[in-house]
Amino acid sequence: MSPLGAGASVPPFSLKRAGDATFTETDLPGKTTVLVFYPFAFSPVCTDQLSLYDDLREEFTAQGATLYGVSCDSVWAQTAFKQQLGVEIEQLSDFEPKGATCQAFGVYHPGGFPQRALVIIGPDATVKWSYQADSPGDLPGANLIFDGLQAT
Amino acid sequence: MNNLGSAPLPELSAEDHVRGPADAPLLIEYGDLECAYCAALHARIEELRERTPLRVAYRHFPVRSAHPRAWAAACATEAAGLQGRFWEMHDAVLADQGRMEDPHLWSLAERLGLDLDRFEADRRGEEIAARVRADFTGGVRAGVVTTPTVFREGQAFSGAGLRSMVAGWLPI
Repeated sequence: MSPLGAGASVPPFSLKRAGDATFTETDLPGKTTVLVFYPFAFSPVCTDQLSLYDDLREEFTAQGATLYGVSCDSVWAQTAFKQQLGVEIEQLSDFEPKGATCQAFGVYHPGGFPQRALVIIGPDATVKWSYQADSPGDLPGANLIFDGLQAT
Repeated sequence: MNNLGSAPLPELSAEDHVRGPADAPLLIEYGDLECAYCAALHARIEELRERTPLRVAYRHFPVRSAHPRAWAAACATEAAGLQGRFWEMHDAVLADQGRMEDPHLWSLAERLGLDLDRFEADRRGEEIAARVRADFTGGVRAGVVTTPTVFREGQAFSGAGLRSMVAGWLPI
């Protein structure tokens, strides 16, 4: 399984936001969205990755991009994770049916969690760029996202 | 910070803080002064430097959302650097990470015999902010995500890989 590549249409999907709202393909048109798939809330490498990306939110915003963290953790776990990290990046939960969105994007690890992957979706709701780390322990640098944004 | 796309690791320059013999193996560290792993690495590298020639360059990579005092501490070391005491301040901050609030930084500056008014003005000035930001940006563009990250002959090491690399440098 590999992530949806540039030019692919985004399939229908539904992720839970904090507060019981949902984030779906209907939230994508008209803006640039970066989905940051990560294996688990509270795992140390996820912590480093999201903290760095959060420090660069202003720069991502300047490029017109909004980042969202996506994992199969529950909304409650993600909320606690976000609070502990002190980050602002919104978290989206792929908890039930577990991993359905990750599978639709081609980033579901056989171990039952998201691969460490990045997907940039353009304002026309098609995938512009994607990246999957060689292993869930490898941390994609923020530079890769900026490369992807400049390539789109 | 406009362009943060990929770029090679910045070459060592006169702007870098470097210590150790010029002909010794070089490690370039991207660190965060509030990061406990950076303090542990620092202790290990200082042990190594006592036993073998090693050249170390330190670049700032303060991740503010994770470590709210890291940026201020980085600026304090740069301000000390303008008075010729960068490494002394660097070592002192890493040796006592539980005390990094402003009064602690003033106390360290006083202990090092710095001109406190100048230290205070410098550490809040744009020149030093630009310097720390330049280190951080260079690290982001070179793919640094976590601290500490150490480059040895162009190869990046972090996490378990870094621990193994440093542990294997000399037998303990």
